[in-house]
This record gives sequence, structure tokens and C-alpha cells, in this order.
Amino acid sequence: MATATTQSPKREAFGSRNVFILSAIGSAVGLGNIWRFPYVAYEGGGGAFLIPYLCALLTAGIPLLFFDYAIGHRFRGSAPLAFRRMHRAAEPLGWWQVLICVVIAVYYAVIVAWAAMYTWFSAQLTWGAGNEESFFFVDFLKSADVAEVGVSTDFVPGVGIPLIGVWVVVIGIMALGVKRGIGKANMILMPLLTLMFAVLVVQALFLPGAMDGLNAFFTPNWEALADPGVWASAYGHIFFSLSVAFGIMVTYSSYLKRKTDLTGSGLVVAFANSGFEILAGIGVFAALGFMAQAQGTDVAGVATSGIGLAFVAFPTIVSQAAGGSIIGVLFFGALVFAGITSLISILEVIVAALQDKLGWSRIRTTLTVSIPLAVISMALFSTTTALSVLDTADAFVNAFGIMAVALVAVVVVAWVLHKLPVLQEHLNRRSSFTVGMIWKIAIGALAPIVLGYLLVTELISKISEPYSGYPAWFLAVFGWGMVIALVILAFLLSLLPWSGRSHAKDDPEYDDFLVDEHYDPDPETGAVQIQKTDEKGAVA
Amino acid sequence: MTTTAIVFMVIAMVTVWGGLVAGIVNLARHPEQADDEPPVPVEL
Repeated sequence: MATATTQSPKREAFGSRNVFILSAIGSAVGLGNIWRFPYVAYEGGGGAFLIPYLCALLTAGIPLLFFDYAIGHRFRGSAPLAFRRMHRAAEPLGWWQVLICVVIAVYYAVIVAWAAMYTWFSAQLTWGAGNEESFFFVDFLKSADVAEVGVSTDFVPGVGIPLIGVWVVVIGIMALGVKRGIGKANMILMPLLTLMFAVLVVQALFLPGAMDGLNAFFTPNWEALADPGVWASAYGHIFFSLSVAFGIMVTYSSYLKRKTDLTGSGLVVAFANSGFEILAGIGVFAALGFMAQAQGTDVAGVATSGIGLAFVAFPTIVSQAAGGSIIGVLFFGALVFAGITSLISILEVIVAALQDKLGWSRIRTTLTVSIPLAVISMALFSTTTALSVLDTADAFVNAFGIMAVALVAVVVVAWVLHKLPVLQEHLNRRSSFTVGMIWKIAIGALAPIVLGYLLVTELISKISEPYSGYPAWFLAVFGWGMVIALVILAFLLSLLPWSGRSHAKDDPEYDDFLVDEHYDPDPETGAVQIQKTDEKGAVA
Repeated sequence: MTTTAIVFMVIAMVTVWGGLVAGIVNLARHPEQADDEPPVPVEL
């Protein structure tokens, strides 16, 4: 079909549906599954949390995943191009998502670097038993207070050098492209991650006190279900855990073949992600049960999440447990692998967007995007104030970046552009699991209500008192200023013209797809009127 | 472990991992189609 006039290279594609599914799982399974879910579930009623959790998964997580898949696959582009093809005026939504990914990528990389160093430290118990907390903050990060020193430029080699290593690895993967880089990395790292984590969980279950940890984790507290905050946290968690609404799934699904079963693949991705969380919950709480017993306290006294769980509680467990080094290497190794597969999906959103906009080659775009990102990442996160900047950027970009863009996207697509029927039809035309009215209600009504509630709650909490007690100027720059700048920059980037070589203007493959599917032609791509011949043999 | 905790652990595993298995089975029953393959004929 694509005739001899075709100049632009073919859009990259995943080797097969299974590679896409593994890559999407690789993106969804990240640090949050390991260090966030166990504590959220424990706080939210233990075993009883399963009810809001499954509700959130079925009514918001999976519908939003389908929503992203449908956009990426129907409009066959990176986030800005896909939204532009949906409607010219929707392009800023895509750039907003790209810029959110820029912010996340620069700080996500440094957590992977920490985890990589801790894999090494675990093998040698470098921190010295009893000294885990001060080792992390003082010896390793050399943390300084932003209120005293401002944003520091003091380089911390122990963090900066592994951070360079992380960037070299991910830039290498990105430069190899979708099939040979991202696809292959996930094909290797995901089975390895699952295996390592399974071994870790089994080993944790044999620690003394592990059963107390599981009791604490699974015993239901029904009163928690009466608290709307618990339901909100279930929806919030599912939402962040599945990597929906910030461009990743839109980008990945644009690399799928035309006839792929979208919803069938999405169900596997969603349940695999949740399955990993349950496994992480068991592993983490078995280990915390041991820690509680060793310290003569109860599980409530040691339960924690995030950086405190990974870099203070786990090293403590590693110091105290028999065979602790093995637990540590497996745990931090799992964090590194889960982090890398998520980091490359975040970077792909940015690389794909610029590739589409500029019509450049893979390697040129990758280097142009990643090297400046690596430099920013080094400048902000290999210094003594990294932790404060990371903490603030993470909290604000999650609340007023991801959650805000998700809210705006569902409202715009459902209520302004009225595109849900188009997306629904596209999903149903090729998928084993068809979606109907319930899906449209989940996206058009439930998602805006839940996201709106979560966003307002976040606004109130962050306005009522300075986040984590940081100085006002600091929050104004790395918190509020950053999230507002993302929106302004998104509009500015949308104003920049798309070059004639870009995929918005020249994409014979897309035109071909529209003809084959009997969709309306795209007004912008050059070759709208390619006459459609019936002989399929002409394609080759 | 207490009985309640075990029951809830089993429920969690069955629903989530069961969902995963059901998803994989469903996908296996709908194998991937190549782009240039004609659609599977529908029997009338």
C-alpha cells in the first residue's frame, strides 16, 4: 500500500503482543508496588482493604488503562501527537504529560542509583549493624538542610557516580529502540525480577516472626472501610500503581500492531501488576514481622513505607537476619530492575514525543533528550540537598501533575470532545473483552469525581501548611512553581509548529491505517487521498 | 497465623492471581493475528 513516495521510516513496533504486555507490566510494576502498596494496604484496614482496592482496580484502574490504550492505538502516536490527532486543541494535554515525565525521570533515576549502591552495601553490610539510619542520611546522602544551605551544589560522589551509571544504562537501552532496546530489556529483566522477588518472599517467610507480620497485614479491620479516606487512598494507589494518565500507556500502545487485542492485554497487565503488589505485601510484612520480633516491639511500631522502608528498615532487617545479605541483594536488586523498567517507559514518553514532532531518527532524538535530562538529574540529585528536592518534586508532580492531567484529560475527552464512543468502538473492534456503558460511566463520571476529590484534598493539605515544613521559597520553586511551569510550557510547546518531516504532517502508515479501518482521513497528514487498492499483496 | 488472616490471605491471592490466570487464559484463546493475515472467517 505505502507507495514508493514513502520517505519517512516506519513507526517502531514491539516484536509481539507478549513483548508489549511484559513491557507494560515492567512499566506498571515499579518502586510503588514494592515500597508503597504494603503500607497503604496495612493502614487501610489490612485484609479489609482488599474490597476498596479491588473496587478501585475494576472501576478506575482498568477502565483508565483501556482509555490510554485506546487513545494511543487509535491515534497511533506519542502523547502530544495522539491528542493532536484527536483534536488540534487537545495537543497541550500530551505535552503536559511529557513534561510530567521529564520531572519524574530526573528524580526516579537517582532512586535507582541508591538502590544499586545498596545492593552492593547489602553484600558487605557496609552500614554497620545499628547504624542503618544515620548511614543512609549522613554517611551516604550527606544530607543537608535546605533551610540552612539553600539548594546545594556540593557533589556527593557516592551518589553521583552510580547515577551516571544508571543514565548510561538507560540511554543505551533507549538508543537501541523499541524492539531491540525496550522490548528486549523487559524480556530479560521482568522474568528475572519475578524470580528474585519470589525467592525473596520465600526466604522472608522463614524468618522468625514472619507470621506476626502476615497477621498484621491480612487481619481485616472493618472499621477502616467506613473512612472515606481509605477509599480515596485505594483509588489514589491504583491510579499511581498502573502508570495510567501520564502518557506511558498511550505511547506503548502506539507501538502495537493494528489488530492487537487491547483489552485482553490490558487485563493481563492490570492483574499482573496487582499480583506483584500482593506478593510484595507478603514479602515486606513477613520481613517487618521479623524486625518487630527482633526489636521486641509490635508490627505497628516498625511498619513504614517509601524511602524509610527501603533504606532504613530493610537494611536493619538485613543486618539482623540470618542470611540477611542475600535478602538485601535480592530486595535492592529487585528495586533496581523494577526501577529501570519503569524509568525507560517514562523516558520513552519524552523520546517518542520529540521523535514525532521533529521527525528525527531514534538515536539522535534519544541522545538529544537523555543527555540534558541526565545533566539536570546530576545537578539536582547528586548533591547534599537531593532528598528534599526529590521529596518535594515527587509530592507535587504526583498531586498536581499526574492527578491533575488525568482529571483534565478525562473531562476533555469525555465531555468536551465527546470521543468516548470513538474510543469504545476502536477497543471493541479488535478486543476479546468488549467494553460498554459501564466503561463510559467509569471514565466519564466516576473517574472525574474520584480524581476531583483526590485533587481537592491534596490542594487543601498542601495549602494549609508548608509541605514537610520546607521553607516557602523552596516550595515555591520546586513545588508550586514547577507544577505551574509544566502547564505553561505545555501550551508553549503546542504553539511550536510541527515540521513537514514530523509524523503529524507525513505519516503514510497512519493514512493507510485510517483507510483500512474505514476511519475518516486525517486532515493534516499529507497523503490523505492514497487510493486504496484491494490487493493486499501490494503492501509488501 | 490466625485463621482470619489466613482466610483473607487466601481470598486476596485467589481474586488477584485468579484474575491474572483468567486474563492469561482469555488471551491464549485469542491468539495474535498478523497485520497482513485475513481475518478468521465467521461461520454463518
